[in-house]
Amino acid sequence: MRLTRRSFLTSLAAVAAALSGSRAVAPLARWRRGVKGAVPALVARPEGVHSLAHLEAVPAGGGVALAFAAKPPRAEPAAASGRRWVMVIDLARCDGCRECTRACQAMHFLPGGQEWIRVYEMRDHELGAPYWLPRPCMQCDNPPCVKVCPVSATWKREDGIVMQDTSRCIGCRFCMAACPYQARSFNWVDPEVPGMPDEPYAMEWNRVHRRGTTEKCIFCPALLAEGRLPACAAACPMGAIYFGDQGEDAVTNSQGETVRLSELVAANAGYRLLEELGTEPRVYYLPPRRPLYPPPPPATEPASAGEARR
Amino acid sequence: MMRRRDLFSPRELRVLASLHGGGPGFYALMGVLVGVALWGLIAYGVQLRYGLGVTGLRDNVMWGVYITNFVFFIGVSHVGALMSAILRLTGAEWRRPITRMAEAITFASLLMGGLMPLVDMGRPDRLLNLVLHGRLQSPILWDILSITTYLTGSTLFLYVPMIPDIALLRDRFAAGPAWRRRLYTALALGWRGTEVQRRHLEAAMGILAVLIIPIAVSVHTVVSWIMAMTLRAGWNSTIFGPYFVSGALFSGAAAVVTAMAAFRWAYRLEEYITEDHFRRMGYLVIALGLIYAYFTFNEYWVPAFKMASHERGYLAAVLSGPFARLFWFTQVGGLLLPVLLLTLPRASLVPRLARVPLLQPRPALAAAAASGVLAIAAYAPPSPVAATLDAGVLRAVAAGTLAVASLWVLVALLPLCRARPIATATVASVLVNVGAWWKRYVIIVPTLQSPFLPIQRAPQGWGVYTPTWVEWSITFGAVAGFLLIYIVFSKLFPIVSLWETRETEQGGEVAHALAR
Ligand code: SF4
Ligand code: SF4
Repeated sequence: MRLTRRSFLTSLAAVAAALSGSRAVAPLARWRRGVKGAVPALVARPEGVHSLAHLEAVPAGGGVALAFAAKPPRAEPAAASGRRWVMVIDLARCDGCRECTRACQAMHFLPGGQEWIRVYEMRDHELGAPYWLPRPCMQCDNPPCVKVCPVSATWKREDGIVMQDTSRCIGCRFCMAACPYQARSFNWVDPEVPGMPDEPYAMEWNRVHRRGTTEKCIFCPALLAEGRLPACAAACPMGAIYFGDQGEDAVTNSQGETVRLSELVAANAGYRLLEELGTEPRVYYLPPRRPLYPPPPPATEPASAGEARR
Repeated sequence: MMRRRDLFSPRELRVLASLHGGGPGFYALMGVLVGVALWGLIAYGVQLRYGLGVTGLRDNVMWGVYITNFVFFIGVSHVGALMSAILRLTGAEWRRPITRMAEAITFASLLMGGLMPLVDMGRPDRLLNLVLHGRLQSPILWDILSITTYLTGSTLFLYVPMIPDIALLRDRFAAGPAWRRRLYTALALGWRGTEVQRRHLEAAMGILAVLIIPIAVSVHTVVSWIMAMTLRAGWNSTIFGPYFVSGALFSGAAAVVTAMAAFRWAYRLEEYITEDHFRRMGYLVIALGLIYAYFTFNEYWVPAFKMASHERGYLAAVLSGPFARLFWFTQVGGLLLPVLLLTLPRASLVPRLARVPLLQPRPALAAAAASGVLAIAAYAPPSPVAATLDAGVLRAVAAGTLAVASLWVLVALLPLCRARPIATATVASVLVNVGAWWKRYVIIVPTLQSPFLPIQRAPQGWGVYTPTWVEWSITFGAVAGFLLIYIVFSKLFPIVSLWETRETEQGGEVAHALAR
């Protein structure tokens, strides 16, 4: 056959049709395979967008189905499977010194206005005692932010961390609207941070920031890979922040105290923030009963007031 | 071949004349609109250069005027195609002169509405990520899909019934400027008005009219889901879909009324668009307004009755707090008053009102002025009255007087409204659209200012949202862009469908008679 322009175009169209056909069928086949056994989920995969698949390898921790996880956009070295990271924050020990916030800001070279772990002054009701509440990202197991992200710039890793990729984020801020914990920050202007390293963007370190993207606490996976505590937990002078692996059932704080996660939470009536929303946070709080340190001034508004305080 | 002039009735000639140039007023208007649109573009350039930091948006209120514009324009776009489809399917004959202007609203405002999320994006340079990495489970993808479908569908729905008219223009402008000739020849698709072509056209119109209805409903439903799919107080609602659809229909119908009045006046289409059209469209606006009022009432009354702890802050902010004035303006000025203006003047007792002495313009205006002075006196701190009375009582008295006075003025104006129904309908519909914009704003901003956790440690100025000049410039630029598209459309194509209006006139006489 002589290759004329016309025949060339025809064969091009045929190839395109064949390709798109197989691309349309493959996810369906994957879907069918996935129905048995594992939890089916709609995910975006690196090899194919819009794909239907199932979460083969994710252990359902604590009976929680990760029905809305998205697959990581690319292979990550330290998404150590078998780990399920958890944090426990003992509110009775927190004295509101904000060392955790500062350590986080230093570790990630955070631009002004961003606090990935923010210490709130809380008071639950009129008669309630005021207390300090450090709030990192809860790394929710049913993460509202992940569900709404249109481009998989944020997704749930197998080790429980809700990751954030600022090289993919399109800055729609839907995740910020969806997060009930105000845990996300946006780079409204060109971030100018003194000492910000001049290195290529490494997602797990997250020290390089760029305008127009959303960021948040990611439990310092780069430090975890080195066997260290996240910056905030390591910096807390009161040892109020415990961190560890749910699988090992052990958590450790900055004082080197290692305790059983299940016992710590059960014995102290641990709870999770806004449990009623069903976000299944991976951060547990121990109530501020008999606080060891002075609480914030009692003038603090009730938690629902939502007033700006600077 | 040139058409013989006497083939057209005088009113048709007037529509055709509207396609040629315009007076100084027209060019002045276009100049102003182009200027405003360019200014909006400059503002967007500033935003591109310096980032979203030039807006009033910050971490707590991360969506504002742009998303308001988005919801507003998509809402206005609604009624054009939807109403026209329903009227076509139900065979409502009076629709014929207004369907095209309604459908063109859909087209123009969808284009502007679709731009708004792009303007809102922090990284518009990564737009392609939505295609490369799009996740179908995100409501944003649903929006993109349904809006592009709707844009395609409604463009076709506008275009297909226009083909016979375009063919007519093709012949009429056979000796006109070359670009017009080429444009019309290409768009007419070789329409000759044969029997087969007519059958195909009618089949296509029927299919499109059926298809466009579910698409239109889906569009505003998924727009509302951008909010309703979050857990936030004020957004976490199961009726957001129908609530938004009804609001969209209401504002869209009002926009059609405004457009009818504007074109009727500008192109002198009195013989096409009659008082009867305003009456019927008025009924539509009233009905849609009542439906919208019903959903709005549901949306606020149900949570207000329960006063769940995390919704309290939001409800207080909207109903009696910093957003109360805006909210009540949208309810009274943007809903109650327009519906009253469209209904009350029709009451049979209105002509008799004109004879009541106290309802003459002078006493009514005097009463309004007096109550205004009273209200100011009551609010101003050093007044002697304020010293003797409790502030709360004073405020209640002032508000009450003001309400009575406004009611008085309204009643006094009724005979005038009855005498000038078109002006009244126009005022009402403009009010509806201004109210609709602010209502979208009141749906979006207070919720974001009342999150689950209190707003604390926000840097100076981050806790409260105030739109900046950039946001306003882009907003007005978008409105100007909408008007530009709409006006240019009306200069390229007859804003009233010639062949469809002729069809009724001459009992089945159709386009090909015109176009052959
Ligand atoms: S706390 Fe917010 S940002 Fe973190 S995982 Fe949950 S929803 Fe997402
Ligand atoms: S702002 Fe970025 S991370 Fe958040 S939803 Fe949009 S694209 Fe995803």
